[in-house]
This record gives sequence, C-alpha cells and structure tokens, in this order.
Amino acid sequence: MSEPLVEVRGLVNRFGSQTVHDGLEMTVERGEVFGIVGGSGSGKSVLLRSILGLQRPQKGEVRLMGRDVTRMTQAELRETKALYGVTFQQGALFSSLTVLQNVQLPMLEHLRLSPSALDELAMLKIRLVGLSDDAARKFPAQLSGGMIKRAALARALALDPSLLMLDEPTAGLDPISAAAFDELLMDLRPQLKLTVIMITHDLDTIFRTCNRVGVIIDRKMTSDTLEGIARHPHPWIQAYFHGERARRFGATSHGA
Amino acid sequence: MYLNVRRDNDNLTAELAGSWRGPDLPAIDTELAGQSLAGVRQLRVSVPEAVDLDLAGAWRLREWLKAAETAGLDVAFDGQVPPQLELIDSTCAGKRLAPTLASSESSFEPVTALGRLVSRRLDAARAALGFVGHITVTWLRACTSWRRLRPASITRHVYETGLTAVPIASLIAFLITVIIAYIAAQYMQQYGAEIYVVDLITISVLRELAVLLTAIIVAGRSGSAFAAEIGAMKLNEEVDALHAIGVDPHEVLVLPRVIGLVIALPLLTVAADLVGLTGGALLCHWLLDMPLVLFIERAQDAISPTTFWVGVAKAPVFALLIALTGTYRGLQVRNSSRELGRLTTTAVVQSIFLVLLADAMFAVAFWLLDI
Repeated sequence: MSEPLVEVRGLVNRFGSQTVHDGLEMTVERGEVFGIVGGSGSGKSVLLRSILGLQRPQKGEVRLMGRDVTRMTQAELRETKALYGVTFQQGALFSSLTVLQNVQLPMLEHLRLSPSALDELAMLKIRLVGLSDDAARKFPAQLSGGMIKRAALARALALDPSLLMLDEPTAGLDPISAAAFDELLMDLRPQLKLTVIMITHDLDTIFRTCNRVGVIIDRKMTSDTLEGIARHPHPWIQAYFHGERARRFGATSHGA
Repeated sequence: MYLNVRRDNDNLTAELAGSWRGPDLPAIDTELAGQSLAGVRQLRVSVPEAVDLDLAGAWRLREWLKAAETAGLDVAFDGQVPPQLELIDSTCAGKRLAPTLASSESSFEPVTALGRLVSRRLDAARAALGFVGHITVTWLRACTSWRRLRPASITRHVYETGLTAVPIASLIAFLITVIIAYIAAQYMQQYGAEIYVVDLITISVLRELAVLLTAIIVAGRSGSAFAAEIGAMKLNEEVDALHAIGVDPHEVLVLPRVIGLVIALPLLTVAADLVGLTGGALLCHWLLDMPLVLFIERAQDAISPTTFWVGVAKAPVFALLIALTGTYRGLQVRNSSRELGRLTTTAVVQSIFLVLLADAMFAVAFWLLDI
C-alpha cells in the first residue's frame, strides 16, 4: 500500500480557552470514502479547515499526499489547491457569477486553456453532476438547494482533483435528492478515481457511501469500518448508530 | 512527450505517454498540432495503465480523435477504451458541449431601448414613492404606542449615527471654517475690512456650511451603513424571517433608523456650528489680532434671529433624505454580493445628491420668504 492520501497526527486546535481538538489522529487511504461524524460543535468543520490549510493548528501535522500542510508557505499552499476539490456547507458559490463562471473560475486560475476549451470543459463538469445546460447560465440565487449542491460539486471537480472534501453535502436536501446525490457520488468515484472525505449527519448517506467512518468524541477521533464503528462501546456512538433514527435504516444488522 | 507514434504505410499507431492532465493541455495541444495525419487511413490508439489521464486530457484526446474521424480516418482503440472517455461520451450523449449563448437583445433598437428605459424609470419612481408612503403609514401606526416606536432601537441609532460622528463632524467643521476664514482674512485685510470676516464666517457657518458638511459626512457614514446592514440582512433572508414572524421589516429596520437620524443630525449640526464658530474666532484672534470679545459682539450684530434656525431647520430634512435613501437601497438588495456593493454606492451618491438638491431648494425658498 502506498502512503495514505491524508494523514493527521496529533492535531491540537484551540480557540482561546476552548480546546476543539486534542491530539486528533486520522488517516485516509487512496480510493476510500471516509465519513466524519460528531456532535454539533465537536470540531468537524475545524478539522476540515485544518486539512485545507485555512486554519493553522496549534500543534500536530496534517499530511496531504505526504506533504505537511501546516508548515507550508502561502505559495506552497496555493499549489496544493489544485490537488483537491471542496464543497462548503452552504454551497459557497460566488453569487455574482453564473454556474458556468463559477466552475470556470478554478480553471482560469490554475490552467492555461483557450476560451472554447474552457467553455467545453466547464460544461462537461456541469453535465457530469447532472445539471442541465439551462442551469449553467443561471445565477446561484436562481437555483434550488439540490442544484446548488450539484453546482458546488461541479466547481469542486473543475480541476479533476483526486481528493474531494465535502462538508455536509446532503444537508438540507429532501431524501430523494440526497439519495440522488449519493448515487451521483458513487457513480463518479470509481470513474474519476476519487478519494472522498465527507462531513455528514445523514445516516442514509453514511450507510450508502462510506467505507470507513471517523467519529470525533472528546476532542479525539475514533475511526473504523462501518461494521467496526457500530460495535464501538462508546455511549455516543451507540446512540448515534443504534438510536431511534438509525434503527429505521436497519443499521443494527451491521452491528452487535 | 505525450504521444509515441509509429507509422506503418497508411496505418498510424499512437500510444499515449506521460501525464495527460489539465495543466499539460497547452503542451499536448502543440504536440497534437504537430502531428500530421496526411495520408493515414487507419488510426489505432492505446492508453497504457501508467498514463495519468484526467477528464481534461480525455476531452482533448476525444477532440483529436473526432477531428481524425471527420477527416475520414478509421479510428479504433487498441485494448480498452479508457473509462474517462466513456464517461464523457455517456455524459455528452451526442450533444455539443459548448454552452448555448444567452439570448440577449439581438440588435440595437433605439425606440425599444428608449421605451424600456422610460418604463423602467417610471417603475423605479413608483416603487420609491410606494416606499415613502409605506414608511409614512408605518410611522403613523407606530405613533399609537411606545412599544411599536421601539425607543431602544431609536436610541441605539441616535448613538451610532450621532454621538459617534461628533469627532469627525467637528473636525471637518473646524478645518473648513479655518480655511475659509484664512482666505477671507487675506483679502479683507487689503481693504481694511477685517471686521467683515466675522460676518462672513458666522453667516456662512450657521446658514450653510455646518449643516451641509455634516449631512454629507453622515450620508457617507450612516447612509452607507444603513444600506449595507439591511442589504446583508436581505441576503441572509433575515428580512424574510421578519416577514414570516409577522413583523413588518419597515417598522423594525427602517423606522428606527429614520427617526434616529432625524434626531441625531440636528444635534450634530449644532455641535458643528459651535466648533466652526470657535475655529473662526480662534483664527481671527491669531491672524487678525481680534480680541475674542470683539468677535462675539460683532457676530451677534451680524446674525439675525433666524440665522441659526435656518441652518438647523434644514437638518431634519437632510436626515430624512439620507435615511430613506439608505434604507430603501438596502431593501432593494437581491441575490448577490455585487448587488450589495452597487446599491450601497448608489445610496451614498444619491443621498449626497438629494441633500444638495434640497439645500438649493431651501436657498430659493428662504430667498423668496426673505429670511
């Protein structure tokens, strides 16, 4: 096995007197779909921001494809941006640009392409995530929640990254759109050779897509395969995977 | 090297090599452009496992193969068709990828353009009038109870737009008065008419300068703040939330700001009057050796009972114009952050323009009334 794609060692994040992470460890191998779960305020988004280099941790290292993000200069950090695609919780599409321009923005920034190639490649990405040509010309404010998530995914895929980081990709979607989004992700993953790290609260999504799950509890991460994590004795994990909501999905059949 | 080519009579075998990724596209383009297909009948392509092919590279390969096919070549893959290419094929399903152009106005039509402009302007005027009417009704309704007038909110806006603006408004009033007094003193001295510097300063500061400069500063400070605050709330759907709770946004967002500024601007004007006159007096003292007592005596002779009130009376009107413009533009923000910037700019520019226009109208009115 080659080295892990993402490796977090002894991560410590503090805001004032509040410690969010205290010696957090996480490893994501190539080709995995890794789900991050945890209670509200447990620092899932902070972890994602640390991996992206948007947040400098107090201690610890974050290795992205073998290179430590926390010790990079701004210029080096900029180079790594082409390696991964990110979607944010609210979509974070640029509201003054159309969907097409949103997808073209990272390409303009990192690639040297002719205008026609730029248009065609961006349209390809938009089609790939299942948006119509019509939607490409629209502004984010004219899109529905599900379309915004798809457009955000198209922008994340703009540079053909090998790593995709999704922050709550299906939050706020109806179950059918959420299922369609999961399916889309599962379709694209093998074809684009993607590794996916996603923060999610959607048990449906976790069971449908994730190979491994990491749970942030008490400022540390416990990660295992789905079956393994469901058997973990920690009360929070038990409540999460075997609670009232989980039972409906037949989660207990995976576990103890 | 991105392509290893072997030519065998009219057979061309191309094997991809290296990395076919987005950043390599320009180099790939040059290499493909240098590849002559003249006289080739059959093109066989193979993509080894080791080649790093992404969607951008696959798309370029597909374009090249399509061009070859159009030129009448027989194109086939040796071994497996790369999955990336299949993905593109299934996504496109025969359709052209280029985005269809937005259907904008096809040609310039002067009459249509004029008509559209006029109707747009009329709509805008009607909307603005509607806004003023809505605020008036809201205000009348709010006057029926203390609670609906929201004194706490009004106080906050008086503090933010008034009290915190005192230093900058005073400084500007002081500096402008000193500049005018200095220039006036130089000329008046030539004719031995230094004493009239006092008249010039008192009348111009009390009637015009203090209130006008303060209004312009407040338009820049608070007019923009009103537009930006309310605009950001619109973008966050906070205004819709207010509607949904059953609270009229005009009552909680617009009215306290308007009333607050109408209270604050006259007070600021008085402060600016005071500081401006002080500046004038100090300059006369230093530059013209005029005793302060003389300045005060002369100033009292120069002004009529109405001079001070003519200036201060304009302040509430200016405040109304600034606050209404700012809040109106803020409520117009829709959809995008660019709108927020554009409308905040519009709010400031228009409120300054309206203040100056109103000032001109006041000047004519006072002249006709002989005040």
